[in-house]
Amino acid sequence: MTTRTMGNGQPASPGVPADRAAGPHGGNGPAPGTGREILARVDGVTLAFGGLTALDGVTFTVHEGEILGLIGPNGAGKTTFFNVLTGVHRPDEGRILLDGRPVTGLRKHMITRRGIARTFQNIRLFSGMTALENVMVGVDSRHRTSVPGALLRLPRHRHEEERARKNARALLEFVGIGRHSDQLARNLPYGEQRRLEIARALATEPRLLCLDEPAAGSTPSEKDQLLELIRATRDRGVTVLLIEHDMRLVMRVTDRIVVLDHGRVIADGAPEEIREDPQVVAAYLGVPTDAA
Amino acid sequence: MTPTTPSGADPSTGERLSTQDPPLLVERSGEGETPRREPEGGSSPRGPRRRRELADLPPVVRYAICAGILGAAYLLPWVGRVPVIGPQIQTQGIDWPSALFNMSYFVLLALGLNVVVGFAGLLDLGYVGFFAVGAYTVAVLASPDSDLDQRWPWLACVPVAIGVCLFSGLLLGWPTLRLRGDYLAIVTLGFAEIIRVFADSSSLLRGDRGLGSIPHPPGNWSDGSPIFSVRDATPYYWLGLTLIVLMVLAVRNLKASRVGRSWLAIREDEEAAELMGVRTVRFKLWAFAIGAAIGGFGGVLFAGEQGFLNSATFQLMFSVLVLAGVVMGGSGSIPGAILGGALISYIPDRLRGVQIAGTDAFEYRFLIFGLMIIIIMIFRPQGLLPDRRRVATTQDQEER
Ligand SMILES: Nc1ncnc2c1ncn2[C@@H]1O[C@H](COP(=O)(O)OP(=O)(O)O)[C@@H](O)[C@H]1O
Ligand SMILES: [Mg+2]
Repeated sequence: MTTRTMGNGQPASPGVPADRAAGPHGGNGPAPGTGREILARVDGVTLAFGGLTALDGVTFTVHEGEILGLIGPNGAGKTTFFNVLTGVHRPDEGRILLDGRPVTGLRKHMITRRGIARTFQNIRLFSGMTALENVMVGVDSRHRTSVPGALLRLPRHRHEEERARKNARALLEFVGIGRHSDQLARNLPYGEQRRLEIARALATEPRLLCLDEPAAGSTPSEKDQLLELIRATRDRGVTVLLIEHDMRLVMRVTDRIVVLDHGRVIADGAPEEIREDPQVVAAYLGVPTDAA
Repeated sequence: MTPTTPSGADPSTGERLSTQDPPLLVERSGEGETPRREPEGGSSPRGPRRRRELADLPPVVRYAICAGILGAAYLLPWVGRVPVIGPQIQTQGIDWPSALFNMSYFVLLALGLNVVVGFAGLLDLGYVGFFAVGAYTVAVLASPDSDLDQRWPWLACVPVAIGVCLFSGLLLGWPTLRLRGDYLAIVTLGFAEIIRVFADSSSLLRGDRGLGSIPHPPGNWSDGSPIFSVRDATPYYWLGLTLIVLMVLAVRNLKASRVGRSWLAIREDEEAAELMGVRTVRFKLWAFAIGAAIGGFGGVLFAGEQGFLNSATFQLMFSVLVLAGVVMGGSGSIPGAILGGALISYIPDRLRGVQIAGTDAFEYRFLIFGLMIIIIMIFRPQGLLPDRRRVATTQDQEER
């Protein structure tokens, strides 16, 4: 892994999200990240695709109850990191711990059961299923009914069916698309598909929700609603890891930000620190010529 | 829900970088990888055009209709007595009860294949393999020609045969778990060939000498004559129909459950399904096993009715026909599988004994099939009785 430690990029320093009170929320909702409990620890995660090192010794921590932004230019490795976190790719080196126990190496559905859920940068809904069914698939991840139970309609099957339906409806309401529960996912407008992805991920009852550019392609008012939704999600006790390109949104909603560039963590700190960080500005601008 | 006002956000946030300063961070968002798609047709989703469906009717009416159709199905052996159209429906070159029986096991096969292909989206071209496994298990255990010489009664063979089919479903499913689409299709094709070659060459299955004198199912009429015999296939048809009803109930229960949702999710996007917690391995194996078991029911029925099996019985064409039936009816749709399965059996049987330019029309059956499938696919690309979801999906694609 890399030995570079740049900017605020000291790995896993528990003091990083200090001064939370001065954070951008200005007392909106319960004080986030007050507990310093570490939910997830990312430890030297490295992954190469052939010659391309997409992740290079990525190290940081996620604290219980925070909204953590993961930003960086296109191709920085953000989505790849989500893929490692959720078991799509296995890292070449390093590991990720959730509640002190490793999730790297587990099968994807087991990682989901451990409490990590995600959305996708390019929407991947079950497009031929209804919105409700999409979310029910998520709820099903906590269920155990299999073929015998369903064939004979045993009590557990009926109970779980009812629970899946009820939870799914409630989640569709929560993300604001309750009235479209019987629409096919592919027939929903783009913004609602993004919300449906969030509902489906929440249905798996995650502790850590990973959102990959949830605001991409949204209108400004949709972005405001999304921001509320992310906060409401955190207020339900779900920690949020947010990849987002819209800096305005990121600055408003996150408690802390980790910046990736070329697969490396180049900064890690409170939004106001990140905003000023010359490395970050340089990374986004490429060559620091036209420094705004 | 989700207020539209920005609420407590500090308006000065982000002032120093990016907010009113597009050259920096905002500008580069969404480029390249995330296409900006605007919602088509405004902010409210376009509802799929709804067909009038059985499911939209009140339950009482629905059950009455189903009971009516079922009753009519049991009375089909006497359709010839219906004036005018009755004789047109009946087959000529093959006795009508036998044609009905053929339809019944083809429908069973279509129902089973529909689970694998239609629900789980696993393209299985070797489905006849399971039909053969079911039939041969009965033959080996029951036929006096068999080396085992067990001479079990037919009924005792059934649970064993279904068990063997379930197991062979797993056997096929396990090594093919990582395969999809074309690759899976080729492997399953190979599976059916392995079974055919095994039947051809193994001394247990006796190649084309085959296994004969397979016993009929039990039961006597009140006059002491056996219910199931070679003289009249009608009771076999009724037995097949009863099995169909049971299988439809079973498959329906599965479809409307966690199992069915998992299958659909796997069909739509296997990786996304697994990331949402679907146990893809388990449910794909279940799809193969259940498909195999239903095909096995067709096999045990067939073995009893025919009384004789040999290696020439199970041609690859079976698999192709059944798949054609599933697709014609509407992949993923239970009524579609029933209709498609019935048609692939009925059409050739109906053509028998009909003369076209001095040749039996039966000889042209594949030509006629081909034309039919092409016509159906042009006018009803989702099949004759498509699954409701599929209708909406395809219509939507067409409108784009
Ligand atoms: N499956 C893959 N195979 C090969 N290269 C990949 C793969 N996934 C991502 N990459 C490469 O890794 C780099 C990081 O990509 P990604 O994580 O998608 O960036 P972003 O930060 O924009 O989400 C890019 O150069 C991309 O081309
Ligand atoms: Mg990305």
